[in-house]
Amino acid sequence: MTSGDFKTSYKADTAIFQTIWIKLWMAGLVVFMIFFPFWAGPYLTYVVNLAAIATIGALGLNILTGFTGQISLGHGAFIAIGAYSTAILTADAGFPFWLALPVAALITATSGLIVGVPSLRLKGLYLVMSTLAFSFIVQYVIIKWEGLTRGSTGMGVPSPKFFGHAIDNDRAFYFLIMPIVVMAMLFARNLIRTKVGRAWVAIRDRDISAEVMGVNLARYKVTSFFVSSFYAGLAGGLYAYYITDISPEHFPITLSIDYLAMIIIGGMGSILGSVFGAMFVTMLPEGIRIAADVFGTSYPVLVDRFFEVKVMAFGLAIILFLIFEPTGIYGRWIKTKIYYKSWPFTY
Amino acid sequence: MHQQSNGYQLEIKNLSMRFGGIVALDNVSLGIKKGEIFSIIGPNGAGKTTVFNCISRVYTPQRGEITFEGHNILKLKAHQVSGLGIARTFQNVELFKNMTVLDNLMLGRHHIINCGVIAGGIYLGKAQRLEIEHRKRAEWIIDFLEMEAVRKQVVRNLPFGTQKRVELGRALAMDPKLILLDEPVSGMNLEETEDIARFILDINEELGITCIIVEHDMGVVMDISDRVAAIDFGEKIAEGTAGEIQKDTEVIKAYLGSEDLVVGRRVEED
Repeated sequence: MTSGDFKTSYKADTAIFQTIWIKLWMAGLVVFMIFFPFWAGPYLTYVVNLAAIATIGALGLNILTGFTGQISLGHGAFIAIGAYSTAILTADAGFPFWLALPVAALITATSGLIVGVPSLRLKGLYLVMSTLAFSFIVQYVIIKWEGLTRGSTGMGVPSPKFFGHAIDNDRAFYFLIMPIVVMAMLFARNLIRTKVGRAWVAIRDRDISAEVMGVNLARYKVTSFFVSSFYAGLAGGLYAYYITDISPEHFPITLSIDYLAMIIIGGMGSILGSVFGAMFVTMLPEGIRIAADVFGTSYPVLVDRFFEVKVMAFGLAIILFLIFEPTGIYGRWIKTKIYYKSWPFTY
Repeated sequence: MHQQSNGYQLEIKNLSMRFGGIVALDNVSLGIKKGEIFSIIGPNGAGKTTVFNCISRVYTPQRGEITFEGHNILKLKAHQVSGLGIARTFQNVELFKNMTVLDNLMLGRHHIINCGVIAGGIYLGKAQRLEIEHRKRAEWIIDFLEMEAVRKQVVRNLPFGTQKRVELGRALAMDPKLILLDEPVSGMNLEETEDIARFILDINEELGITCIIVEHDMGVVMDISDRVAAIDFGEKIAEGTAGEIQKDTEVIKAYLGSEDLVVGRRVEED
């Protein structure tokens, strides 16, 4: 009988899911996810779908900010580019879903390249300012270029069709989105544990020594922008398909801040953290909405000032996490796991 | 492999580097032979680290030439120097603090691993094969430097002495022909110093890697160096074997001041 988990090959040691127990848990999770939309009502499925789409976007921002250390306030703009590219490709150019989504993601990734090139000379706050400026430009273009984007009236997006069946309800979308989320997570996880991801983390931790080790800083920073905005494009595209009508007000400047909040709350530089953060930030307003329904009669401020309460709750959550758990929900998750692993001993 | 006619693996000619009005290096020429341990000594601020920064292209000197095995290093960008087989460590440990020891070493192999975004993201196949192949070399280095116990620890949590050893390992992971060691034993106790000195000798003899060392610990320098050069105020003041350097009047003057100054102080104290 073995007394511990000893690996006898590097292949076993580099696996993502290492023990039989983790594999069983994962299998259980997959089964749960398959049956979830049948058990949950359309409303809960809707919220989970939004969280899943946000997860893809948060993965993208985490690649750029969490892993490569390039702080960006332009992620919302990339989401918007992805959504509008998808809408235009589907509604105007008649692209089918399976072609429109990747092409839209590639368009977004290319716009990421354009933003990424100035980043080679900008660091920290200056990069934040330039990405913020980019957000304003994108919003301005979307509103003013009416011939392409229909301006502030917005545009409709036809539902994706597979073999003649339209994907137009929450449950169908759930089964469309979830495989993409899982693939996006696996792809990101694999990237991070191989050459490209190590180079990103090296740039974040110590750029000069990364360069001396042979990392081409310019190339890997731009690659990070490219991959990050590809994810944003996917998220934006799926969002456009899901809500069927998009307009500039779906992509306010604060959307970038929402995404930054996701990775701060979930955990910077963590794949799992992106999921936690996206779930938290997507479900927080729904939680407040439920609270407003329950306590609305005694505290009408919750209903009257719903938007303000939501923004304040976000701000409070970010502050509390920065002070008490800078590693985010992911850090808390790891600590909890360690606690139960060694229970009843303290360490 | 190009071996230069004069037998030097690394040759520095008339190197001059100034920052604004400050002359960091003034006409420094050095020749390092393949397989030797060459030390550069000198008081603080003499320009020793500047020599390293010019070789690894962190700085661009105003004048001079640096050639390594026939390649003009000054034509390269910083990230291309590692491709020639030049590795280095830093004075104040410049590791990737949030990565594990193993990942730090694997990053050292960055320029050897040939794997892009798509292969890496899919992982199965090429990326996995490369990871395992290069992991073997990284593990060999972990064994060589006796770091098995900390293999999967995050570098940030390790004591300073161990971090220096990890940095040496990261440089070795680059499969270099030449290693630049910037104060490898600074801040270490006697035991750790002896360990590192032994590793440097092993690296030099067993792996055949040329070593250039900048160090203040004269015991280590005099014990392990084949040749020593002394630099003061950006100028090379002496070069020779350890024995020759110890007797060199210019070197003694640079470290202790000239004789009349010493006498002068004694007079004052009396």
